[in-house]
Parts: sequence; structure tokens; C-alpha cells
Amino acid sequence: MMAMHKMIKNLFASALLVIAGIVQASSDGLAWDSFPTQKLTSNAALQNGAKLFVNHCLNCHAAAYMRFNRMHEIGLTDDQIRNNLLFTTDKVGETMKVAMDGKQAKEWFGATPPDLSVIARSRAGAGGSGADYLYTYLRTYYRDDSKPTGWNNLAFPNVGMPHVLWELQGERRPVFEKKMEHGHEIEFFTGRWEVTKAGTLDARAYDEAIGDLVAFMQWMGEPVQKSRVQIGVWVLLFLAVFTVIAWFLNAAYWKHIK
Amino acid sequence: MAEFKELPSGAPLTSQVTNWFENRFPTAFSEYKKHMSEYYAPKNFNFWYFFGALSLLVLVIQIVTGIFLVMHYKPDAALAFASVEYIMRDVPGGWLIRYMHSTGASAFFIVVYLHMFRGLIYGSYRKPRELVWIFGVAIFLCLMGEAFMGYLLPWGQMSYWGAQVIINLFAAIPFVGPDLALLIRGDYVVGDATLNRFFAFHVIAIPLVLIGLVVAHLLALHDVGSNNPDGVEIKARKDPKTGIPLDGIPFHPYYTVHDILGVSVFLMIFTAIIFFAPEMGGYFLEFNNFIPADPLKTPAHIAPVWYFTPYYSMLRATTDPMVNVLCVLFGLGALVAFWKGRMSFAAKIGVAVAALVAVALLKTFDAKFWGVVVMGAAVMILFLLPWLDYSPVKSIRYRPGWHKFVYGVFVVVFFILGWLGIEPPSDLKTLLAQAGTLYYFAFFLLMPWWSRLGEFKPVPDRVVFQAH
Repeated sequence: MMAMHKMIKNLFASALLVIAGIVQASSDGLAWDSFPTQKLTSNAALQNGAKLFVNHCLNCHAAAYMRFNRMHEIGLTDDQIRNNLLFTTDKVGETMKVAMDGKQAKEWFGATPPDLSVIARSRAGAGGSGADYLYTYLRTYYRDDSKPTGWNNLAFPNVGMPHVLWELQGERRPVFEKKMEHGHEIEFFTGRWEVTKAGTLDARAYDEAIGDLVAFMQWMGEPVQKSRVQIGVWVLLFLAVFTVIAWFLNAAYWKHIK
Repeated sequence: MAEFKELPSGAPLTSQVTNWFENRFPTAFSEYKKHMSEYYAPKNFNFWYFFGALSLLVLVIQIVTGIFLVMHYKPDAALAFASVEYIMRDVPGGWLIRYMHSTGASAFFIVVYLHMFRGLIYGSYRKPRELVWIFGVAIFLCLMGEAFMGYLLPWGQMSYWGAQVIINLFAAIPFVGPDLALLIRGDYVVGDATLNRFFAFHVIAIPLVLIGLVVAHLLALHDVGSNNPDGVEIKARKDPKTGIPLDGIPFHPYYTVHDILGVSVFLMIFTAIIFFAPEMGGYFLEFNNFIPADPLKTPAHIAPVWYFTPYYSMLRATTDPMVNVLCVLFGLGALVAFWKGRMSFAAKIGVAVAALVAVALLKTFDAKFWGVVVMGAAVMILFLLPWLDYSPVKSIRYRPGWHKFVYGVFVVVFFILGWLGIEPPSDLKTLLAQAGTLYYFAFFLLMPWWSRLGEFKPVPDRVVFQAH
């Protein structure tokens, strides 16, 4: 048996080498920035994210599976929710619906704005988590007069949504450079930006705000995610103890088998 | 019927209660003995023998969590996606039930694949266990149907387009294909009718068949007795007085207590996924499936869930050049049969004609259809395994060293095919998938020849067992 294990191991190792040779870096598009995950544990960040979300996103996008009073879990009271975050309804038990008509929205933007309840979960991919994507996407808008909305985006080229947060970020232009690759001249993004019109927030404050907003959307995608992990620790601790007991129980029976 | 037994007055209460039931329901007692306390299993089971019991555990988890999901799920194209999110958010504990069910689906395939691999390496499908194996493969088929139909229910983009792609495969079958696809869908595209019938199959029809097959699998197993890592028939050596196999031990308590340990370790892995990584990096819950189904928006890349990808790879590998390769292989096979085959001339002519017909058919119908055939055959060929293996020993332990290599490559090929099925195709990857497909089929179809070649080690009379 040992010989077989070793052989299978070797086979796996060689197979992995073959696979590694075939896998190409799948970064055809923009590499995603890392979402600052520590924001998920900060109620202040999540609450600020909630504020940004209901003020800027909830006008066109719904979050129809998300109830306002679920925000108790990020430290808000019913009164706080009612006084600061309820614009479309007066019941805190309601879900985050939107008044805009989907058909009209499609005419205006070319697509109905998607529901954002689970958007963070749906956008994960080879480039990173859904939060990484959103964190990148919301920070890479730029002026592009060739587009109907006047805006374009590096993470989502030809996006239908205009830069809703432009007042905060201001207007920026990505710096492209040309280089030769495989005999073709290509344009690539240098990672640098030029500010053409300042917003109300400087670059760092804008990143912070987007971090908060994405943290809220990540939390909203699965409100139970924090308690899920906490319960999981206890479940695994229990099972670890139970496994030890099962081990001794098994040994106690099997010691008679010669 | 057994004699009605009277206990003397003053017998202990527990004996009286037991006696009361035994007089009225003796079957329960005799079956308990037959399948538990007096079912003698070989004492040398190793790690691989956990996966049968674990499959049963996962089946129970799926049924129980499934019942609770059905209480809140709405099988309606307009409501399904929202009802799943309702379960995830508003139903108390709903998220846990749903994650158990979604993780359970993948766990089911993991334990069943490992269980099948155990049977493969220890020759558990060989005489007299052919039917045990066949029931097992039928269970695997049901499981595939169950998983496929269940995956439509969350009504996300991958649910929708995965179903669309697979059902469209049936449309490639000559003559009846389009009508068959229509019959499966109940509509011209995947829609509400499809969702409703898949729901019916997923929660009632297939589970019923599945449970029936599991019962048949276990009854047949307990009739012929379990195989073991040495492939030794323990029934060949019995205690002359008791008639109990010398290497057999009662299933209960020895293997029940053993399986409790296995269950505990399994649950640690299972719950770690549920609580810490329920999406499992997009393999157990695909990211795209968090977008509601949209018949007007085809995702750029549609990949089935991981457990189907080895077979999906074989389907995609069947391109026109691959069909030509198959034609050449059929021709070569006929030639070899003609020159080397030890059969009558008429039989040789028969083989040649069959090969010609096969080649003609291969070139007549579309490669897409043959892809479906290849995919189906890759599963169906498992039914034939008991009659393909001619090795003089059952267990891999006593086979020539290079046999282990053949099995090892088979495993690696299966993994590579699985990985390729997830990836978007490219020329090189298609070539790799074609080589893998050929190896997969050669492994089985050439088994009657390679399985008897080489130097086999002597099989001991008794099982190899070291006391714990």
C-alpha cells in the first residue's frame, strides 16, 4: 500500500506540473484591488456604508431581499433606521425596494439596474472576491465623452451606470501608455490617475468611503456571515472533543479483536 | 411464524417488554440480527470502508434538510430565486439548512466517488458481488439525475443555463432528439414548466428510486457478504462449531462504533465547509448562481458543477477530429480481431461488419451527438466492469506493480478531466481532454487483456489483520 501511496503522490505532483504549465494568468482585464476586509468587523464602517448605500444606490437599485430592520445586527436601532435611512417606506420591517420602474430604467441605462442584495456574492471570480471587484469597480470610473452617460469604467468597460458618486470623487482620467507586445502596439493602464476636477473627498477619504460601502454590501449579501463563523467554531470544538471520545470508544471495543 | 413465547412470571421487566414485542413483530428482531448484530464483516476493513456508511449519512442529511427546504421554497420561476434568499435570511436557521443541503450535494459525490474507487481497487464488483456493484452504479446514475435537477431549483444563472445546455444535448440525438428535449423541458426554452417538473422529480420521484436502490444495494451486499482489502472470501473459512467466518466480526457493535469515529471526522470537514466556506471558492455554490436566471442573458462561460465536469470534458472532447480518431480505432480493433482473434471466421466477419457499421454511423451523425454518446457511455461502462476484469486476484494488493500505475494514472486522468471541464476550452486543453477520454475508455475496454497480464502475488488464505 505504501508504494502505491507514494506512486499516486508522484503522479499528482507531475500532473500538477502539467496543469501549472497550461494555466495562463487569467488577468485579461484589470487586476482587482484588495478590499480592506477589516471593515467587515467595524460597525462604524458598516453603518457609514449603509448610509452611503441608501443615499446613493437605493434610488435606482433595489435590495429586495434585505430588510431594513436587519440592520440591528450592525448596531442600529429602529429609531435610527427610521429617522436616517428610510426613504421609500415607513416600516422598518420592509425590504429595500425601489420606486423606479424597471422598464423605464432599461430605456434610460440600457439595462435594468440589478438588485444588489447578493451582488457581492455574485461578482467573485478568478480575480478575487466579489468585495474586491466592487471595491475596484467603484473606484475606477473616469470621464469618457464618447459614452452616452459621459462615464466609463476600467473594471467594467462600457458600463451602463453613470458615476453616481462623482461629487465625492471628482473627475479623473486614467493614464495609459503605449508599448509593443507580440509585434502590436497596445495601450495599457499604468495604474496612475490624473485628477481633472477635485471632488468633496480626497483620494484617501474616497477609498475609505468606498471601503465602508462595499463592507455594507458584503455584509448584506449574507447578513448571517459573522455569526455563521462564530457558531462554526463551537461546532468544530464540539466535534473535536466528540472525535476523541469516539476514538477511545472505538479502541475500547476493538481491543478484543485479535 | 415463530412460536409464541411465554416468560415465567417474575421475569425482569425489560425481558417482558422485549418478549411482548418479539411475539408480535419477530421480523424486527430477526432482521436486526441478520443485518446488524449477526452480520459478519471482515475484520480488516481500512479507511476506505468508511465511505459506504458516510454515503448513507449524507443521504439522510439530504432528505431531512430537503424536507425543511421544501417547506419554504417556491417552485415557481417568478418566486424561486427570492424564496431561496428568503430561506437564507428570514427563515430561522434557514441558512444552515440550505448550506447543509448545498454542501451535502457535493459531499455526496465526494464520498460516493471514494466509495466507488474503493470498490474498483479491491475488486468489490467481482463474483459474487456483481449485483451489488450494479445497484451501486444505478444509485450513482440516480444521484446524477438528482443533482442535475436539484441544481435548477435555486433558479440562478448557472441553474438556468446549465440546464439549458444539458437538455439541449438530448436534442442532438438523431430523429427523436428535438421532441425528447421538448418533452424534458415542457416548453421551447427552460422555463416555469421545466422548474416544476424538475422539482417533482427532485423531491419525489428520484429519491424514491434512490432509496429503493440503496435498500437493494445493502440487501444484496448482506446476502453475499462484504469484500475486504485483501479480496479474500471470509466465508470460505468458518468456525466448524458456530459456522461464523473466522475473519468475520459482528457489524454491530464493531463497525457501528468504528463508523461513529468516521462520521465524527467527516462531520468536522463537512461542518468546516458549511460554517467557514459554504461557497467553497465557487465550486459548491457557483458565484454566477447568485444572479437570478435571465433567459435573455447567456453567461460568457457556462460550466457544470464540479462533480459533472469529468464527464462534461469527455463530451466536449468529442470533436470532429476525435470522431475520426474513433473511426481509426474501430478499424484497428477489427483488424486486430481479424489477425489475432481466436474465433470462428464467421465471427471475425461479424466483427468486421460491426466495425464498418460503427464507422459509417460515426461519420453519418454529428460529432455533438457522439459527444452525448461518449458522455453516457463513460457512465454506463461502469455497469460492465464485473465482466471486464479478468485478473486472477481481486485486490490491488496482490496485483503486479504496474497495475497500480495504471490505476494511478486513471485517477490522475479523472482529476485532469474534471479540471478541464471547469476551464473554458482551448486547443491544447481539448487535446488533453481527448487524450484523457481515450485513456478512460481504454482503461475499461482493454481491461480484459491488461488485467490478466503480469506477475500476481500469492493471495493469503486469511485476511491480513493487525490488532489495534
